[in-house]
Order: sequence, then C-alpha cells, then structure tokens
Amino acid sequence: MSTSGVGKDGMHGERPGREAQVGKGPQRRGRKRGRHRGEKAMVPDAEFTSYYGRPILNPPVWKASDVAAYFFLGGLAGAGSVLAAGAHRTGRPVAARALKISSLAALGGSTAALIHDLGRPERFVNMLRVMKPTSPMSMGSWLLVAYGPAVGAAAVLDVTGLFPRLGGAATAGAAALGPSVCTYTAVLAADTAVPAWHEAHRELPFVFAASAVAAASGMALVTAPPRETGPMRTAAALGAALELAAAKILEHRAGLAAEPYKKGKAGRFVRAGEILSVAGAAGGVLLGGRGRAAAALSGAALLAGSACTRFGVFHAGTQSARDPRYTVIPQRERLRAAAG
Amino acid sequence: MGGLVGRNLLAGPEPDVAADAGHPDPPPRMGFFTDTSVCIGCKACEVACKEWNAVPEDGLEFTGMSYDNTQGLGADTWRHVAFIEQNKPMGHAETGAGDGGATDLRWLMASDVCKHCTHAACLDVCPTGSLFRTEFGTVVVQEDICNGCGYCIPACPYGVIDQRKGDGRAWKCTLCYDRIGAGMEPACAKACPTDSIQYGPLDELRERAALRVDQLHDLGVDDARLYGHDPDDGVGGDGAFFLLLDEPEVYGLPPDPVVTTRDLPSMWRHAGMAAAAMLGGLAAVFAVHGRAGGGR
Repeated sequence: MSTSGVGKDGMHGERPGREAQVGKGPQRRGRKRGRHRGEKAMVPDAEFTSYYGRPILNPPVWKASDVAAYFFLGGLAGAGSVLAAGAHRTGRPVAARALKISSLAALGGSTAALIHDLGRPERFVNMLRVMKPTSPMSMGSWLLVAYGPAVGAAAVLDVTGLFPRLGGAATAGAAALGPSVCTYTAVLAADTAVPAWHEAHRELPFVFAASAVAAASGMALVTAPPRETGPMRTAAALGAALELAAAKILEHRAGLAAEPYKKGKAGRFVRAGEILSVAGAAGGVLLGGRGRAAAALSGAALLAGSACTRFGVFHAGTQSARDPRYTVIPQRERLRAAAG
Repeated sequence: MGGLVGRNLLAGPEPDVAADAGHPDPPPRMGFFTDTSVCIGCKACEVACKEWNAVPEDGLEFTGMSYDNTQGLGADTWRHVAFIEQNKPMGHAETGAGDGGATDLRWLMASDVCKHCTHAACLDVCPTGSLFRTEFGTVVVQEDICNGCGYCIPACPYGVIDQRKGDGRAWKCTLCYDRIGAGMEPACAKACPTDSIQYGPLDELRERAALRVDQLHDLGVDDARLYGHDPDDGVGGDGAFFLLLDEPEVYGLPPDPVVTTRDLPSMWRHAGMAAAAMLGGLAAVFAVHGRAGGGR
C-alpha cells in the first residue's frame, strides 16, 4: 500500500526510516540555569488547559425553536393521551375530548418542528429507512409512526362519534404509547457527548415525564370544566413536585455538568420553569376546583412552566458543549481517580 | 454474524470491527498514525484534503490566536493543523532563542482528523443509516442518504463531524474511501512532507507508534505519549491515533473520551422506568378520584 516516491530515476518503494531526532541536542552544555532538562516534564495536574479556549465538541446545530419546542410538544401529546384515556374511562367526556384534540395538535406541531429542523427536510422519510435501537432518533421515529395513527384516530373518532369501540381502542393504544413519547426524548438528548445532557441521563427521563404530566394537566385545566379536572389537578401537583425533585437530584449527581442548568439563558429558563410549575400546580390545587378563570390561569402557568423547563434543558446542553471546561475537567478527574 | 448475539458491542475492545459490521472477510483495518513530533505545521494535509475531496472554502478568518486560522475540525475542515507556542523545552533541544538561551520555547503542531472510532457514536446514533462502517473499519457518511438531522454532531466526543452551511447535511473525513479502495493512501498522508501522517494497517501503525514513543523517551522527550491507540479506552481505540507532546486538551482533544452509547442501556432503562412510573402514577390518580360525579 505504501507506494511511495515517484521520479524519473528511482526513489521507489520503501520510505525513509522514521529516525527524526526531535528534541535531540547537545546534552546540556553546562548551562547553570538550574533547569533539569532530562527531568520528567510534569504537567501540573490541577490546572485546566484548552486549545485557546475553543470548545472540544461541536455544539448541536439544532434550533431551540424546533427541538426544545419538540421536547415540550411531544411531552404534552404523550401525557395528554394518558390523561385522555383516564378521563375517557372515568366519565369525564369534555376533558377526554379536549386532551385528545390537544394531543393530536401537539403531535402535529412536534412533527412539523422535527421536519423543519432537518438540514434536508425533503428527505425526512429516510428516518424510516432503518430501525436502530442504538439511535434514539430512529426508535422515536418508529414510535411516532405507531403513536400518530392512534392519537389521530382517538381524536377524530371522539369528535365525530363514529365507531366508539374503535375510538376507545385507539384511546387506549395512544395512552399505552404516550409515556414512551414523553421519555424517549430524554434519551435522545442524553445519548450525546454533550456534558449537561449525558451526565443527566438517569434523571432526565424523570424530569421530562413529570414535566409532561404537568403540561398535559395544565392543558386539561385550560380546556375542561372544573368538575371534570379533579384528577388532573392532583396530577399537576405530583408532576410539578416530581419535576422539581428530579431536577434537584440531577443537580446533585451530575457534578460540574449540572452547572449550566443554573447559568445564563439556561438558568433563567430553568428558574422560570420552576416558578411557573409550582405556581401553576398550587393554583390548580387550591383554586382550580372553584372557578374556570383561576383554573385556566393555573393551567396556562403549568404549560408555560413545562415549556420553560424544556428550553432550559436545551440551552444547558448547548452551553455545556460550547465551554471546554465541561468536557475537560470531568474527564481529567475521571483519569485521576482511575490512576488512584 | 451469529457471533454477535449476546456480545456487548456498545463499548470495550472490538478486534474485528468490520466483520462485526457485516463485511464478510474484510481487509485489515486501516487507519492513520499522526506523529506530531515531526509535524512542521505546513498544512499541506489541509490543502490536499480540500483539493481531493472538493471540500468547499469555509471563510478566510484571521483568528489572531496563533498561526492557526483554521481553528478546528468541521464540515468543511477534515484535517486541521493545531499550533501551540509554549515556554517549555523539547527534550534536550537548544532553541537558540533569547540571550544566552534563557528562553525555552517550543512550537507544537499537530494535524487533527476524524478518529474513525471503534465505537463511533456518530454512526450509532445516525437514524437513517447514512453513516456506515466500511470494510476497512472506517466510518463514512453516505451523502445521498443523510437528511441533515444533525444527531451525529453532538454525539461525537471529539467535535469532528458538523453540518455544512447551505447544504444541510453532515460531513467529515472519509479516510479517502475512494483512494484507499483503489490501493492508494489518503490525500493528506500522501501530501505530508515529513510523514507525520502515516497511513496503513492499524496493527502495524500501533507497533510503529510504540517504537517511536520509546525512541523519543530515550532522547529525553519525556512528555511524548500516544493518544487514541488503546483498544481498552472509552471508544474502543481510534482508527486514527496520535503521538502527542503534551496533554490532549492542549491540542483541543478530550483527555478521556467515552462513547455516549456505552450508557445507552442505562438510558433506555431509566426512560422505561420513568414511562412506567408515569403510567402507573396517573392510573393511581384516576383510581383514587374515581368516576366523575362521585362527589370529588
């Protein structure tokens, strides 16, 4: 393979030996500078170094308005399907119908966002070219292929009143797949080299699931009469509480990679998400059963809180990818720990 | 292929990467050994790569940080020569700089490239199958399939692959798949005037690299070390590995990269638990509340 060297008269075949004497010089010509040149060149281990402060990773090229919105809408759709099935089964028809419609709309919006984010949108069907368990995006695409028709049928058959048994089956099917639609997006983000996402891979699915429940409960509070939204108010409180708890565990366990969640744009979104979720859940539990206006306001806060959380997570990821500290320091610490 | 069942191919050593990818009777795994101790920073590799692969111009920027205006690998830079100026001695070399040799100065130059990982996160997460493993064990994007989803970009622990502006697809080094298939060496290795970039069967390159490190240590260049050569590392070893003269991060390389998919089973497990908790939790909530009109 090493067909080296061309020339009129030779220099063919083998290469010159690898004998470059880098670093070889006169062996210390008695310079009395006290520098021991042959000494092992120890690099100070505690210091952080980088290549002119440039990031090591290439940050995601995903647009927040597409992918963070997709995280939010996917969660709203998925959790909405579960709540819709619960409402459907327990005689809460207005809430069930509203949630089925909102899930279909959210799914439509999220699919549009996904396709819009592609560099070659006209090739979106290539997503279904293979089925790869190692690619959360591939698994998610197939999940949406199964979930989409179910959620569509559930909404259309409810509104038209046609084939009620088929509608019930579609509602149940959408509810069975809904939780996966909510949580696979956490795997999608975590299965990257982005420190703030990858190091949070244990907690992120719980943050996303809880945030999705809060959002869908909020949607129910906005669209359904208070007499039907009792379970959703409880769910909103549980969702908001779990979301906060999972986020705290994340901050605790992810170490340095948790820092971006508290800084800059990500920090502002995460904080706003916390405040809105808690306010929305509290409003929903305390006032949501009394008046339609208070319920709607609480629901809107829950929806906005969930959206803020997703945008916060998204920006924390891009922030952590742009700063080489988040890549280098944890890896250095790991090496040092392994070396003992 | 039957041998794949029950084996964990997400991390750890994998000696037969092309065969595991389904190539029957593949040629030896090919790769690069970039010996940065002989790199002179001429950037012939960058130019040869751009010319051979018709990689478009991507902005002529003056960075002001060093002799490096290329800055890093990306969609339109598949070879990148890093340049570092340090106040450190290089083994026993005399720089002759300063009065009476008071200054220890060295220039580090290193040609970076796609690592063609044994466990390539870009390939693993690609939802379209556009990224694939060649018979040479290298990782290549099929541009007629890529739909520009961008997932490979944050997945790469080295920041190699990126999206080409105005094109939308992901691009990176192919290890000159067209050339090596015809028995030629990649354009960068061919153009390298000091043979800092060496191309060949990975096993041979690893042997040669080990000898070179020993040689440099004997010369007093104690900070010479190999990077990406170890099949036991976080990505199962790189198909393109390096001899460096300082810590990897000095060159803009991650010190201990781990393929993200190593933790994928745990991620799916946690997602499954979260989904089950959600379904169970909401079922319990509805059960507690009972049917509507039941007084609650």
